[in-house]
Amino acid sequence: MSSQANSAVSSAISSSETGGADSPILKIQHLSKKYSAGGPTVIDDLNLSLKPGEFVALVGASGCGKSTLLNILTGLETKSAGTIELGAEAALMFQEHALLPWLTAGKNVELALKLVNYPKGERKARAQQLLELVHLPHAYDQRPHELSGGMRQRVAIARALAQGRKILLMDEPFAALDAITRDLLHEELVQIWEETGLTVLFVTHNVREAVRLAQRVILMSSRPGRIIKEWQIQSDEPRRIESKIVSDLSLEITEELRKEIKRHG
Amino acid sequence: MAKATEHTFQEIGELAAGLDALDTAGHDAPKRSAKVLNSLAPLLAVAVLVAVWQSAIAITKVPGWVLPSPAQVWDAIVRQAQSGLLWSSAGNSLRKGVEGFLIALAIGLPLGVALGLNKWLRAILRPLLTGLQQLPSVAWVPAAIIWFGLSDATIFAVVLLGATPSIANGLISGIDQIPPIYLRAGRVLGAKGLVYIKDILLPAAWPGFLSGVEQGWAFAWRSLMAAELIAINPALGPGLGQMLDTARQLGDMAWVLGTILVILAVGVLVERLVFAPLRNRTLRNRGLVR
Repeated sequence: MSSQANSAVSSAISSSETGGADSPILKIQHLSKKYSAGGPTVIDDLNLSLKPGEFVALVGASGCGKSTLLNILTGLETKSAGTIELGAEAALMFQEHALLPWLTAGKNVELALKLVNYPKGERKARAQQLLELVHLPHAYDQRPHELSGGMRQRVAIARALAQGRKILLMDEPFAALDAITRDLLHEELVQIWEETGLTVLFVTHNVREAVRLAQRVILMSSRPGRIIKEWQIQSDEPRRIESKIVSDLSLEITEELRKEIKRHG
Repeated sequence: MAKATEHTFQEIGELAAGLDALDTAGHDAPKRSAKVLNSLAPLLAVAVLVAVWQSAIAITKVPGWVLPSPAQVWDAIVRQAQSGLLWSSAGNSLRKGVEGFLIALAIGLPLGVALGLNKWLRAILRPLLTGLQQLPSVAWVPAAIIWFGLSDATIFAVVLLGATPSIANGLISGIDQIPPIYLRAGRVLGAKGLVYIKDILLPAAWPGFLSGVEQGWAFAWRSLMAAELIAINPALGPGLGQMLDTARQLGDMAWVLGTILVILAVGVLVERLVFAPLRNRTLRNRGLVR
């Protein structure tokens, strides 16, 4: 699954073997998923490991099993074969806003705290603190429907952080947002990641978004979902969606993605 | 490690605040005319009813013992109110209705959750429940009298058989209507067992469940009236059903109609004072109404 760095991109980018010197916080080996015995293979022999604190993006077209993979990792679905070693519990953030509409923004965060047995008397203060971290200091008493899509996803980030997990799985969390809002959330997310040291596995079909955010971008094939190639982005420079490094590498990854998509035509 | 973002936390916050202000501007308050209309409409309905009623008597000239005038009916109601019988009857009936309804809720809730979550239980029991819901509960009165005699137990049995199926069935449909994303979110947050039921499943099912609860109350009240009208025994104390039967035996049509109006009024009041606010609050809180 490794590949050579035959890239036209700057030396800041190279492809590499998965895994490294650090022992992985998440290690997936030979993972396969079929929904029925005779049915199609959704995920085929997937191998992936994440180092603690790493930010990895998983890109692929429809049917590459990205969401299935996250569901398996969080126990919402079962795997058919292979092993998964999780060094820590994982929080999951969805594409649609999955805030509970009967609770205020603050109470949504508090529920997550309650479910991880956070001390009762400290929940409110902690929830407010987390809302401030996502720049929503005044949203505590607001209902999800009173918030914009971007604000809801920020509350969802606060709620995921409330669980205090070391791994954050994100399932196309910004896909439904407009470009301006998405740009802001990219910056917020990177800042939070940097401050918390979370390990992030970010699933998206947006190649630019993947390159904008991640340290490592993994390209998956569709039907069945397999890892085709991966790119390590070693630059520590702050990146923007407009950055040259992002557009150059996006172009290269998109070419690979198109090759894979044509195969199905 | 180098900074991964160009901007400081505060700079991002300022950008976020501006964007949020732009994205959430322009929530209109409900129109005042709509509010006025809402509170005046029931009075208007009563006025129209009285007018039609009065003119029907004026045109057809039916005798008072067949169709008394609105004034005569009002007098009958006032007379019973002054004697105190109206209050004790209405109070007693309402208390039994509420008690029966609460017991039905206590049975229907776990039943609904069990059938909402378990496919096997549902396949076996739901047809039975739906059948019971279709059956007019007044059909149970003779059986209940044989089992329990002319006692409160008979009244409650009929009320329970009337209300419980609606409540349980309403909860099952409420559970079926839950957008799956809420249940997945609950699971991912780690909600399990009773906590999952209390903090995720029931609140998520509530908008759909509420109509089942309302229907449950309506059935409880109807069943109670039917039972009171049939199972008559002084030991049961006063009640609106008994009062209706007394008025009939006396051939006092104004009193009969007056009692019917009181029974109707209790139903309307409970809807307006309990269920309508509950429904409005639910819809408003969840942004289900504009």
